[in-house]
Amino acid sequence: MAEESPRHNFFVTGVLAVVCSLLVSLTAIGLGARQERNRELDRMRNILVVTGLYDPAVPIEEAFSTIEIRLIDMETGEYVEETEAPPDYDQRLALASKDLSSPVPNKEDIAGINRKEKYSWVYLVTDGDRLDQVVLPVRGRGLFSTLYAYLSLDSDLKTVRGITFYEHGETAGLGAEVENTDWTAKWPGKLVYDEGGEVRLALVKGGVNPSSTASQYQVDALSGATITSKGVTSLVKYWFGDAGFEPYLRQLAQEGAASG
Amino acid sequence: MAELKARDVLFDPIFKRNPIGLLVLGICSALAVTSKLETALVMSLSVTLVIAVSSALVSMVRDLLTSSIRMFVQITIIASLVIVVNQVLEAFLYDISKQLSVFVSLIVTNCIVMGRAEGFAMSNRPWLSFVDGIGNGIGYSAILIAVAFFRELFGSGSLFGVQLLALKAEGGWYEPNGLMVLPPSAFFIIGLLIFALRAWKPEQIEEN
Repeated sequence: MAEESPRHNFFVTGVLAVVCSLLVSLTAIGLGARQERNRELDRMRNILVVTGLYDPAVPIEEAFSTIEIRLIDMETGEYVEETEAPPDYDQRLALASKDLSSPVPNKEDIAGINRKEKYSWVYLVTDGDRLDQVVLPVRGRGLFSTLYAYLSLDSDLKTVRGITFYEHGETAGLGAEVENTDWTAKWPGKLVYDEGGEVRLALVKGGVNPSSTASQYQVDALSGATITSKGVTSLVKYWFGDAGFEPYLRQLAQEGAASG
Repeated sequence: MAELKARDVLFDPIFKRNPIGLLVLGICSALAVTSKLETALVMSLSVTLVIAVSSALVSMVRDLLTSSIRMFVQITIIASLVIVVNQVLEAFLYDISKQLSVFVSLIVTNCIVMGRAEGFAMSNRPWLSFVDGIGNGIGYSAILIAVAFFRELFGSGSLFGVQLLALKAEGGWYEPNGLMVLPPSAFFIIGLLIFALRAWKPEQIEEN
């Protein structure tokens, strides 16, 4: 080992830091495009899974091409041309931009998202001319992380067709059970809105009683994951409320009534 | 000390001085990634690569290090390599990297890596340190793959995702053992493997 001296130590650690950071940043840059493509394919796969169209035998891009992708204005709920948003609009990156997102006031921020984007992608599955289901991207705070999910609604715009949580950092075996397909299989058929148009869907502890009338708005909470379960309830409440996709769903319902 | 032979350095850590079996190091990840052979294999390769390369690099710079900075330097080298491995997995084996999730990044804290850097590479030549890293990586991998073999076979009735035992749920005869899918089963299997190893080589039994 070398002789101890501050100068020597500073020099060695300095050179090491530069070499290591070069190595790390070069790999990150070199592989960035490939990783981005993987993530993109994974996003598409998740949307296909939530709609029930996913078939491992069919290439993801081919299956995905049947889904109509639209951009909406979160404020008005109206469709906007893709040209209004910056090219390759990235909903996640928009949250870092002052022009493309705005802070959510604390009182309204039940899902713990801090900022809300101006535009959102929505994914429409159509059966001929008729709308079959609509997939909405939602997110909300769990215990340790933000949970990202796609939720698919039936053409009646209140019945859940499917949900898939595709990104989170919750505890394995507890909160991370949001990914468990046995659990997500409990969602289809549940109603988001009650007769008065209020968001009622919630996770409940102690098991859903199937004979009660409330059971159509209830999903079993995850055992051992109280905070994550509360987070899921809040994110549904937020994203299907007035600050979320409700204006869009109202537009969509009118459109459906007009054309159907 | 007698001159170390590359051959011994390579093969000793497999049965004679197994990092998991004898030293009981690095078992945290052994619990997390062994429910399937595929993830265990990718994890094994990643760990082996990180131990070998980091040991070689630490050995190369060992004459420049002073005792007050040697640990920072070792951990910086190890952490950089782990990030690179993680990036490569995300680019080329995306599905597996998603399943391994945080455990690839946690290779940084795997005691075996730091242990070999500090315990071997600081006092040996780069080539020998590299070989020692490979040897310890193989020792770690052997246990990991053995555990994953039993867990996947009895927990899911398959190996490498190929269904071998027809599951009852799909009309077959095999009722999968649910415990095997959960992390605690890895503890039992590692315990049994250590038991078997020490019954075979009694010199590994510690004096009380």
